[in-house]
Amino acid sequence: MQTGGTHRNTGGVAGPPVSGKSSMSSQIVTSIPRNERLLHPLPLRITHWINAVAIFIMIGSGWKIYNDDAIFGFLHFPDAVVIGKWAQYGLQWHFFGMWIFVLNGIAYLCYGIASGRFRQKLFPISVREIFLTIGEALRFRLSHDDLTHYNAVQKILYLGVMLIGILIVISGLALWKPVQFSELADLFGNFQTIRLVHFLCMSAIVAFIVVHVTLALLVPKSLLAMLTGGPVVGGGQTAGTAVPEIKATH
Amino acid sequence: MLTENRALVETINRRTVLRGAISLGALTMLTGCDVSEEDSVQKALRAVSAWNDGVQETIFRPNHLARTFSPSEVVKPPRFNAYYSVDDVKPVDGATWQLELAGRIDDKRPWTAQQIYQLPEQEIIIRHICVEGWDYIGQWSGPNLRSFLQRVGADLTAKYVYFICADDYTESIDMATALHPQTILATKYGRDIIADPFGYPLRLRTSTKLGYKNAKWIKAIEVTNDWSETYWSKRGFNWFAGI
Repeated sequence: MQTGGTHRNTGGVAGPPVSGKSSMSSQIVTSIPRNERLLHPLPLRITHWINAVAIFIMIGSGWKIYNDDAIFGFLHFPDAVVIGKWAQYGLQWHFFGMWIFVLNGIAYLCYGIASGRFRQKLFPISVREIFLTIGEALRFRLSHDDLTHYNAVQKILYLGVMLIGILIVISGLALWKPVQFSELADLFGNFQTIRLVHFLCMSAIVAFIVVHVTLALLVPKSLLAMLTGGPVVGGGQTAGTAVPEIKATH
Repeated sequence: MLTENRALVETINRRTVLRGAISLGALTMLTGCDVSEEDSVQKALRAVSAWNDGVQETIFRPNHLARTFSPSEVVKPPRFNAYYSVDDVKPVDGATWQLELAGRIDDKRPWTAQQIYQLPEQEIIIRHICVEGWDYIGQWSGPNLRSFLQRVGADLTAKYVYFICADDYTESIDMATALHPQTILATKYGRDIIADPFGYPLRLRTSTKLGYKNAKWIKAIEVTNDWSETYWSKRGFNWFAGI
């Protein structure tokens, strides 16, 4: 793992290339690594925490809206956990939060794709690694020493919650505008099906948050890394030295 | 994972968890003591809601039709909705009732129910969607609003059409919605005269708005360029309320 802390490039962009003149000793050259950046570059941290706030608003206000016409008779969200005292306030929060959630989400996805982060961190996912990780998890042998490497279960969870995030926006648009976006609404069938899909997406996101926050609290340095940026890593590859790298074969 | 991090969990985490618990408590209080009811927050949220009105106006497709259904899917009777319970409905006397016209309309002579029944009817079987989340398929008929506005010489370039109702309810819609092919002044449900709880003798039915925009027991229609609050917008619900 590289430790040249003085040369951090928090912008997540590759540093200026070292001068082509080779008069410098090789030692100096290696101490100024190219493509040096933090584990969680600044744009990623900003969008992560904005998303945390947006999700908080969307879920709390969504629960308020749900209460007005419960899908499941047994489920009613207590006033203490909803956002908005009256239905209209819940709706106001929801249709305010949607802008933050969607615009920030687009920025996050664009950054993840354009920077190559998703490709590096989340792919490839090998079937063998999934079973291996589950086995390790069941034997409580999962290592989190290396924050820079995501195990197969983490990869699937992060990828999955992103896809669900996209689906909750699509179903939300279909709920909001079933006539104007009728082409979208027709994909789901009837109106109550759209509500159910939107609700199930919320449930999946809540389940993800429970696991995600629990693990972040159990491994505090991972929480810290999302605030400070974490260790310096090479731009091109994940620097996994603590964990034996499992090479994907297919 | 737990065993590996036990030391960390026991030292750092105690503090982190405590701080986390305090922040969580603060967040709960935030929702619990209803920061949303404070004036400044309400002002900001209503500004966003007004911005959303403009967005909805922009994405509105004036000639895009909502899906229609077959008579076998119609729910009878329709589901009741108002700002009070069905027991408190005060029926309108159809014999003395008159529809008054105001604002940017050439011919402001009032209409009786019998006169309205003489107008050509349009039938639409469309989905009613309530802001609360429920929906049902309804079969409505009556004069098309665009044709009616043309007949009385309304200014179709005006911005809004207001409805004043017998129960002191008020609603208004944008002109684009008023001119939409699936916007009618309904007099019948399931081909029978509309029953008292559902707006007898005249109500609005449009396929492109949430339920509460469909004014019932209409007693006056005004065409105007001036926007003013309506029953639910005054109480914080979105004014445009398009679907």
